[in-house]
Amino acid sequence: MPSQIVSLVVNGERREFIAAPGATLLACLRESLGLIAAKRGCAQGACGTCTVLVDGRPEAACLVAVETVADGSVRTLEGVTSGGELDEVQSAFIDCFATQCGFCTSGMIMVAEALLDRNPDPSEDDVIEAISGNVCRCTGYRPIVIAIMEAARRRREQAVPR
Amino acid sequence: MTYRLAPIDTGAFVAERDGDHHTVIGSVVRRSDARGHVTGRTEFFEDVAAPRLAHLKMHRSARHHARITDVDVSGALAVPGVLRVLTHADVPNNVYTVLKLIGVEPDDEPVLAVDKVRYLGEPICAVVAETEAAALEGAAAIEVGYEDLPPVFDVEEALKEGAPLVNEYQGQNYFVYEGHHCRRIRFGDVEKAFGQADHVFEWRYQSSPIEQAPVETTGCVVVPQADGRLRIHSDTQACFFTLDNTALILGVPFNKLRIVGGTVGGGFGGKVDVVVEPIACVAAMAVDRPVKFVYDRAEEMQVSSPRAAERIVIKDAVMDDGRIIGRKVTLYVDAGAYARHSPYGTTKAAAHLPGPYTIPNVWADCHCVFTNRTPSSAMRGFGVTIADFALESQMDRIARALDMDPLQLRLINAYRDGDLKAHRKIAEGTALVEVIQKAAELAGHELPEAYRRMSSTTREGL
Ligand code: FES
Ligand code: FES
Repeated sequence: MPSQIVSLVVNGERREFIAAPGATLLACLRESLGLIAAKRGCAQGACGTCTVLVDGRPEAACLVAVETVADGSVRTLEGVTSGGELDEVQSAFIDCFATQCGFCTSGMIMVAEALLDRNPDPSEDDVIEAISGNVCRCTGYRPIVIAIMEAARRRREQAVPR
Repeated sequence: MTYRLAPIDTGAFVAERDGDHHTVIGSVVRRSDARGHVTGRTEFFEDVAAPRLAHLKMHRSARHHARITDVDVSGALAVPGVLRVLTHADVPNNVYTVLKLIGVEPDDEPVLAVDKVRYLGEPICAVVAETEAAALEGAAAIEVGYEDLPPVFDVEEALKEGAPLVNEYQGQNYFVYEGHHCRRIRFGDVEKAFGQADHVFEWRYQSSPIEQAPVETTGCVVVPQADGRLRIHSDTQACFFTLDNTALILGVPFNKLRIVGGTVGGGFGGKVDVVVEPIACVAAMAVDRPVKFVYDRAEEMQVSSPRAAERIVIKDAVMDDGRIIGRKVTLYVDAGAYARHSPYGTTKAAAHLPGPYTIPNVWADCHCVFTNRTPSSAMRGFGVTIADFALESQMDRIARALDMDPLQLRLINAYRDGDLKAHRKIAEGTALVEVIQKAAELAGHELPEAYRRMSSTTREGL
C-alpha cells in the first residue's frame, strides 16, 4: 500500500501531509506537523499522555490510524493557548501545582478541556472519571483533580455577565 | 485560596508562625517550568527534531543465565531499512560501572553481552535502521545460540558454597567492601545483650523489586555535529555520570560530548544508570546520522533497573520496660546481575541502621549480592526505604508483644542529642522525640505527661 496524502483540520487550520500506511495520528502530529505537545508514554493506549481531541472527543492518538480520521478536526494542547494567553485549565494547573515533570500534563489538560466543554459544572467524581485513562506518576492525582475543579469554577465565573 | 493543596503548610502550624520571620516556608512559589508544561512547549528529549533520524532497537537475552555459543545477525541485515547491526566488538571499551568515577570497582557490566548473558533481557546486539519498525524487525530476526547455565535467583542461595557464579568480573556473588564480604557495623556486644535481655525477638522481612515506572520512558537522541562532537539529548537524571561514562566507553575525551538534559519526564531514580546513551553514540558514529534509542513501555518495565528486593532479618534484645539493649541486623540487597548503584545503596542501608534509636549494642552485616535477576539500582531513598519498613515494623511488633503503646516504645528508645551512634558519631540536631509528640497530638493519640515532657536535648524521663 502506498503512502497517501491526508488532510485534517488541526487547531482550526487545514493541514495536509503524507502518511505511510498505518501511521498513527500521534506520529503524524509529532513528526509531520511538528506538534510535540502530545507525548508517547506507552504507544499502547494505556497511559493517556498522547490524548488529543478528535471532533471534540478525547482519543489516544497512539492508537488512531490517521486515515481513519481523515478530514476530521483535531485539537492539541498547542491549540488551547491562544495568542500567548493561557486558558482557565492551563492557569489552574499552574496555580494548583497540578504539573510536576509535565509529561502527563498535555493529555490531562486535553481530557479536562473535553470534560468542561460538555459539562461546565462537573462533580469531583466526574473529574476522576474523566482522567481515569491518564497516568500521572508524580502528583498523586489530587492536585490535578483540584485544578480541574478550579478551572471549571473560573470558567463558570467568567461566563456570568457582569 | 481554598482550592490549593500545595504547599502543605497552611494548617496545623500556621498559628505558631504568626508574626515570625519565616517568610518562605508556606508561601507560594510558582514552578519555573510550569508554563512550558501547560502549553506543551517544554522540550523533552524525544521532542528534538533531528533530520535523517535513525532508530536503534536491541536484541535481548532470552535466557536468565547462559553461555552464548553463536550470534547470527544475517537475518537482521536482510531486513529492508536496517543500516547496521552492532555487537560487543563495535564498542571501544565494552565494560563499565556507572560509579567508576567515584572509585567503585571493578568494571563489571558489558555494554553488549560478550560470551555470556546474566539476566533475562540483557542486551546482545543493537540494530540501527531507517525506521523503528525496521529496527524492531531486524532485532527479532537475530538468532543467538545459548548453552544454559544454572541460574540463581535468591540472595541467600547465591551466597552458599557451590552456587553458580553470576558475574565473573566481580569474581564472587557479593560486592567486596574494602576487603570485606559485606558492609559491617560492630558496636558493643550484641551476644551479651541477648543473654541479659528479658525478651529476644527475631523477625524476617522481604521486599520485592519495585519499578519506578516513569511516564516518559528512558531514552536519548544522539546528533553528530559538524565539528565531530556528539550532542546527546537525554532524559537522564545524571547528566555528568552520562557524560563521563559515555566518554570512557567510547574512548574519547569528555569534551567530545555535549549533553542536553535536565528535562526528565519522571525519574524517581530509574534514569540514573548510564544505559542508553553509550550504545546510541556508538550507533550514531557508525552510521554518521542522528540516532534515537528509547525504551518501549515493555522494556521500561522489564529491563530498566528497579528498586532492589531486600531481605532483612532483625534480632532484638529487649527489656520488660521497652528498652532495646541490642540489635542484630542481617541485610541482603539483591543487586541482580550487575553492580549499578547497588553497592552504594547497600552502604546507605548500613549507614541507616539501627534506625533513629539509641541502642548500646549493634551488629550488622549488609550484603550486596549478585543474582541472575534484572540489575537493580536507584529509586527514591534506596537502601533506606525498605530498611525503614523493616525497622518500624519491628518496633510495632515489639510493642505488640510487650503490650505497650508503639509511640511510647519509640520515645523510650529515640536518640537524643549527644548520644553515641553505632557508627561512632555523636547524634546532633535530633528531633524524633518532638516529631512523635506532635504526630501524637495531631492524631489525637494520648501520651502520658512524662512522655509529653520528653525532649531531644535531654535524657530526662528515661
Ligand atoms: S502513548 Fe498513547 S496511551 Fe500511552
Ligand atoms: S507530572 Fe509527571 S507524570 Fe504527571
